[in-house]
Amino acid sequence: MQPWPRFIAFRIVRLALVLIAVALVAFALAKMSPVDPINAYLGPDIAKVGPEQRALIAAEWGLDQPVGVQFTKWLGNLLAGDLGWSVTYNAPVAEVIGTRFRTSLVLMGLAWIFSGLFGFALGIAAGAWQGGWADRLIRVYAYVLASTPTFWIAILLLMVFSVSLGWTPVCCAGPVGVLPEDVTLVERIRHLILPLAALSILGIAQIALHTRAKMIEIMRSDYVLYAQAQGASRLDIALRHGARNAALPAITVLFASLGELFGGSVLAEQVFAYPGLGRATIEAGIRGDVPLLLAITLFTTLFVSTGNTIADALYRLVDPRMADPDAVQGAAP
Amino acid sequence: MTLLEIDSLSLHFRRYDRLFRHVEVEALGAISLALEAGEVLAVVGASGSGKSLLAHAILGILPKNAVLRGSLWFDGRPLDGTAQAALCGRRIGLVPQSVSYLDPLARNGDQLRWAALRAGRSQRDATRLAQPALQAMGLDPAIARDFPHSLSGGMARRLAMAIATIGEADLILADEPTNGLDPDNAARVLDRLAGFARRGKGVMLITHDLVGALPYADRVAILDGGRLIDVEPASAFSGRGDGLRSAYARALWRALPQNDFSLPEALHHA
Repeated sequence: MQPWPRFIAFRIVRLALVLIAVALVAFALAKMSPVDPINAYLGPDIAKVGPEQRALIAAEWGLDQPVGVQFTKWLGNLLAGDLGWSVTYNAPVAEVIGTRFRTSLVLMGLAWIFSGLFGFALGIAAGAWQGGWADRLIRVYAYVLASTPTFWIAILLLMVFSVSLGWTPVCCAGPVGVLPEDVTLVERIRHLILPLAALSILGIAQIALHTRAKMIEIMRSDYVLYAQAQGASRLDIALRHGARNAALPAITVLFASLGELFGGSVLAEQVFAYPGLGRATIEAGIRGDVPLLLAITLFTTLFVSTGNTIADALYRLVDPRMADPDAVQGAAP
Repeated sequence: MTLLEIDSLSLHFRRYDRLFRHVEVEALGAISLALEAGEVLAVVGASGSGKSLLAHAILGILPKNAVLRGSLWFDGRPLDGTAQAALCGRRIGLVPQSVSYLDPLARNGDQLRWAALRAGRSQRDATRLAQPALQAMGLDPAIARDFPHSLSGGMARRLAMAIATIGEADLILADEPTNGLDPDNAARVLDRLAGFARRGKGVMLITHDLVGALPYADRVAILDGGRLIDVEPASAFSGRGDGLRSAYARALWRALPQNDFSLPEALHHA
């Protein structure tokens, strides 16, 4: 095993390479797309602008330069901390991402924690009592939901709880017509419930299935057989050996699932009109807001890669066999 | 006093042959054995002879598709599922085959403490008993804070013996306790097992190493292909083996390098 400084250095270099590669591809895609940044900027005023003025804007923005020059200029600005100006929100891109991400963070963070806790508990129970009624219920739940698209669940929840039953609000992060800073905590929570449910339901299913598979493997291990020979009950085994040995894989899956969480939040936020980063992504795409779209792409990459790195680092930290490389030889039977 | 009595025990595994027809594959056939308190009974056989399955059958930890027939008696009472659940870890202890039987992510001390809790000890007693149990097996109490991967094979086996005896077990089932150990460590482990017998416990020593087990065993049961060939007194394995009753045991004894190294007919046809 490589030592910690090398592990961290290696990860930073890799992250930088990934970010550059993503920037390159995203930029190329934006360039190849039919979105014309000048049209997107002008909007309805497009009729008032002649070809000469368009050429002036293009020259001012550097759009008349070769693509390579445009890319290096953009990358240079990015490295200098200037993410550009978002036409959609009429604010600096960094500011848009900052405020939007804070809104999303509550939603995604809670969904992430719920998926982890409930998914893990359900997975342990299903795996320890494999073939029992609990396992059957959990399996049906997990398989059905793991194969269901997020937006469909979101629409279904909206139809049942907001439209038919009227228990929850139909949209947004607060009541319509109330300034964001005036929304009470209770209202905030009321508006959070459905998006959170839509996002968690799927996350729970994923973690539960992964944990269940690991748990079944654990139940067949020698140390569980030994615990049984000591007269341990199934609950004893599930809590003492199962949870301990299934925790690492579950945590890894949880961190590795940040990408799916992000993707899910884009869909859920769109359906519930929840003003987070996911909704901003779609707005930016529809309005041709290239700087915002590219910045969100890079931000997502950073977010997901960091999650994966944390997962790997945790593995090294928690497993005693990996923390102590000299002792591994002693494990021979 | 007869501690364990095995009466015409047979073990089959149910397997699906083609789609719906299931067949039973015999693993152990009609085994009758008795183990007295205070003795070391060596159960000797090649790998695949069903030695470990015999121990697992006594403990009631066989796989789901196992079919057990015949009867087991412990201390004069039938050893059925309920009795096994009540006695395993308390009056019957297992010393398993390898380090892989210890949870790799749990500290040694915790695993010992859990065994005590499973044997019905209180939380306080379990903590109090852990250190003397390690010392009794010649282990440094400091290893309680370590994880199993840092134990040597011999230390792991001694930890397993501490686990097996922390519940004051009367019957110790030792499954290949000297596997992979050098002669010194093997002798130390066997010596402790024999010590249990001297203090009145019954020890079933499951091994493939006949010669290694002889100095510590009182009687030797020979298993082959899931069947019990014979039970001989350990003292009969001496000289040319003329005191041995069964032809198979005699042949096995004479085939050893330090004896005649001959391969008589009996081994082929048994």
